[in-house]
Amino acid sequence: MTAPADRAVPDDAALREVALTRDEYHQAFDLLDRAPNAVELGIIGGMWSEHCGYKHSRPLLRRFPGTGPQVLIGPGEENAGAVDIGDGLAIVMKVESHNHPSAVEPFQGAATGVGGILRDIFTMGARPIAILDSLRFGSLDDARSRFLANGVVGGIAWYGNCIGVPTVGGEIQVAPCYAGNPLVNAMCAGLIRHEDLTSAAASGPGNPLILVGTDTGRDGIHGATFASVEDPEASHRGVVQVGNPFMEKLLLEACLEALTTGGVAGLQDLGATGLTSATIEAAERGGCGVTIDVARVSQRADRMTPYEIMLSESQERMLVVAHAGREDEVRAVFTKWGLHSDVIGHVADGQDVHVTEGSVDVARLPVSMLVDAPTYEFPVERPAYLDDVQQLNVEDVPEPANLSETLLTMVASPNIASRRGVYRQYDHMVGTHTIGPPGGDAAVLRIKGTDRAIALCTDGNARHCYLDPFHGGAMAVAEAARNVSCTGAMPLAITNCLNFGSPEDPAVYYQLSRVIDGMTAACEALGTPVVSGNVSLYNESGDQAIWPTPVVGMLGLLEQANATCGIGFGAEGDIVGLLGDTPPELDGSEYLAVVHGQVAGAPTIDLEAELAVQTVLRDLIQAGLLASAHDCSDGGLAVAVAESAFAGGIGVDLEAGSPHERDDVTLFGEAPSRIVISATAEAWPDVEHLAAAAGVSVRELGRVGGDRLRLGRIDVALDEAHRAWDQGLDTALAGRQSNG
Amino acid sequence: MRAAVIVFPGSNCDTDTHHALAEVMGVPTDLVWHATPSLDGYDLVVLPGGFSYGDYLRTGAMAAQARVMRAVREAADRGVPVLGICNGFQILLEAGLLPGAMLPNACVEFRCEWVHVRVETGRTPFTASADVGQVLRMPIAHGEGNYVADRATLDELHDNDQVVWRYTDADGRRTAGANPNGSVGDIAGVCNARGNVVGLMPHPERCSETALGGADGRMVWESVLARVAA
Repeated sequence: MTAPADRAVPDDAALREVALTRDEYHQAFDLLDRAPNAVELGIIGGMWSEHCGYKHSRPLLRRFPGTGPQVLIGPGEENAGAVDIGDGLAIVMKVESHNHPSAVEPFQGAATGVGGILRDIFTMGARPIAILDSLRFGSLDDARSRFLANGVVGGIAWYGNCIGVPTVGGEIQVAPCYAGNPLVNAMCAGLIRHEDLTSAAASGPGNPLILVGTDTGRDGIHGATFASVEDPEASHRGVVQVGNPFMEKLLLEACLEALTTGGVAGLQDLGATGLTSATIEAAERGGCGVTIDVARVSQRADRMTPYEIMLSESQERMLVVAHAGREDEVRAVFTKWGLHSDVIGHVADGQDVHVTEGSVDVARLPVSMLVDAPTYEFPVERPAYLDDVQQLNVEDVPEPANLSETLLTMVASPNIASRRGVYRQYDHMVGTHTIGPPGGDAAVLRIKGTDRAIALCTDGNARHCYLDPFHGGAMAVAEAARNVSCTGAMPLAITNCLNFGSPEDPAVYYQLSRVIDGMTAACEALGTPVVSGNVSLYNESGDQAIWPTPVVGMLGLLEQANATCGIGFGAEGDIVGLLGDTPPELDGSEYLAVVHGQVAGAPTIDLEAELAVQTVLRDLIQAGLLASAHDCSDGGLAVAVAESAFAGGIGVDLEAGSPHERDDVTLFGEAPSRIVISATAEAWPDVEHLAAAAGVSVRELGRVGGDRLRLGRIDVALDEAHRAWDQGLDTALAGRQSNG
Repeated sequence: MRAAVIVFPGSNCDTDTHHALAEVMGVPTDLVWHATPSLDGYDLVVLPGGFSYGDYLRTGAMAAQARVMRAVREAADRGVPVLGICNGFQILLEAGLLPGAMLPNACVEFRCEWVHVRVETGRTPFTASADVGQVLRMPIAHGEGNYVADRATLDELHDNDQVVWRYTDADGRRTAGANPNGSVGDIAGVCNARGNVVGLMPHPERCSETALGGADGRMVWESVLARVAA
């Protein structure tokens, strides 16, 4: 596109403030056939930001499978996806990032991340029943990373505990690449009856728009645009929002109660870009225009400009579209809950968003141009770094002399050690749904009034994605599904958050494209469509981009809540076995990183084998044959066995077997598609029979019993290993030296 | 028999407590709004856990001023069993219906985990069916459960048999590791002089069904149901 040479263009600083390029300015000019004024430019910048407009990722995201018989609401349709779980019920779910704010103010950044994802769920009419948080930090040897990690955990606890939605799962992983750019991804799942699903559409011209909740302030202006550029520390000062979980609790209860009046036509939360995207997205869904008078918005700062009011990201606000004539009835509910509400405009004929301040026109823009951000696609070229990092010669990796010591080091390392010190700061029981608490492979929540339960987890191994974006992406989905399957639940669907560096860097663009391809392949193979998601790009600090970090939030269904399985070994004499026979390898393993300081190799997954293993695993659990099942992932077979022993409080005496000539490879290799199972001696022949019939190998390793962990050349006291595992993360988060 | 579970803005264990009473124990139970002026007709009043008014002031301080608290006081004066769980306990302290006060946990962190408590007295309606010395396993979930009282109050609690539960290990021993919040005397719950108003930090509504990992909380409900029926 060539712009007329005489066209006046705002200077670079003005364009940078709204995160638009010169070309994008010209596109906006041409679409309007005039120069946008300052307010309009702010609105366009917000809506065309990566955060709202997905301009670098939208073409790639279309590859995700988003349909299936279980999908009630697919990606992009509403604020979150909805999945049928039977009995007329649905789970509404989504995961979203709050990385950039958390890098600057970890407590409030994480807290408002939780607040934001909760609103995405109850705006659909669903009651939030579970929060999961997927976190990434730099090495905990670094004081700032500890400050960030402790602040983030504190903020999640503060918000979730106060509002009374249990935090039931998630992950914490550390790697140096996150030092300047931590990741905070919050997932929420809500429960609703199908017929109560509420749209965030502004339809029915004349219907009033009611803004409810916190008064609008100057906080968070440009949060969305700044989340879409590099260097969060420099960009985010002054734009971090402050949360109020009590206000959100009132909003949650009041909104759900208001929906029961029948006077609500649509409900939309205010998130990134505040009133701007809330009104515009609602108008798009309704196929209508909207008129907003900013003078009617209650403000908590003096002399706010229309620009500030439209772009404020003050937290805990909702936009309610009421049926004309019923606004008093709806507002009475908010008043009952002590909430202030204002009618700030109405749904209009036509297709424009029209902003006034009293009777003065402030902005008028077509909804269509705002919701259709320019998109960018780049060639997908394999970056050269892959050839270097994928080189791994096991013979060059020295085998430790004492594998017992190696196990103690591994179980105490921050990526493997017990998460108890973190999750006991989270109320994970409120709601009395949680029948499978944190500490297992996936959280299990019963659905009251039915025999059903759901399983939820988040997963995403960024090291694998860095080493092989396609296989890493597939493994993220596969591991999440495997974790859910370990509880006996059938994986139904995923939500996801894609955390990457700058898409303008060809290596990052390649990672993004290939991770999406890998996830797509796994979603198709495992029958788990993508129902919602979020993209967070420009996760860089200084020159360093983070590792490609897709976070997969998986939903599974147990038709019988009691036909579930835990990770802990059961009784003395039970037989322990390994389901699945992927050959051991060290590629991309935690062992290689922790013990040998190497990030190398090319992790791979065979999705057909994965499906077969998970299917037979669920059959074994449904048949009541297993005493335990635990995913074999970070730390490999040895760590999986140790964790099952810790959870069961009982030792084991096992052969490692010799699938690889080197014991460290057998014990600590992280080949996917493997599960450590145990069963009584009576049940074991049936386990073998069922597995054989499904064509899945099961290798008997030995017996449960005693107070030692004996596994091949590993022989340590269960107590000692348990202590190392129990204290590893707490020690690291406190900045103390480990005594292991 | 009819039970009331009070709903303050920010209560978040109200529906869980309602579920435990109505669905698990089969007791007709109402969720009662904080602006309600009277609790006439209720045989049991429960103040549930949560973060009333966000607990932005001292925990329970705002809720203690709610309109319904006059009715709670009247019900207590009539001898109706009143139970405050967690935030409900904090509210009863702030309302002066129970002696003592709460400080932030000694560990300065929120704690959600299973603990053991030992029944110290059977004189309250909520422990009448238990054996003194019986150890119950229950979950806690609080940031401010560090119960304190001055010397004179503690002596009075002791002399009047007003300490209802103490934190112990699984065998009923008072050990340093068994107290999750630093409360004085390992106190987990107390009652008023009359014995009908009781506060406790652990959540019996979270352990009234085995599916939730334990059902020791049923003792609290069974006790009070038996007492009201008698």
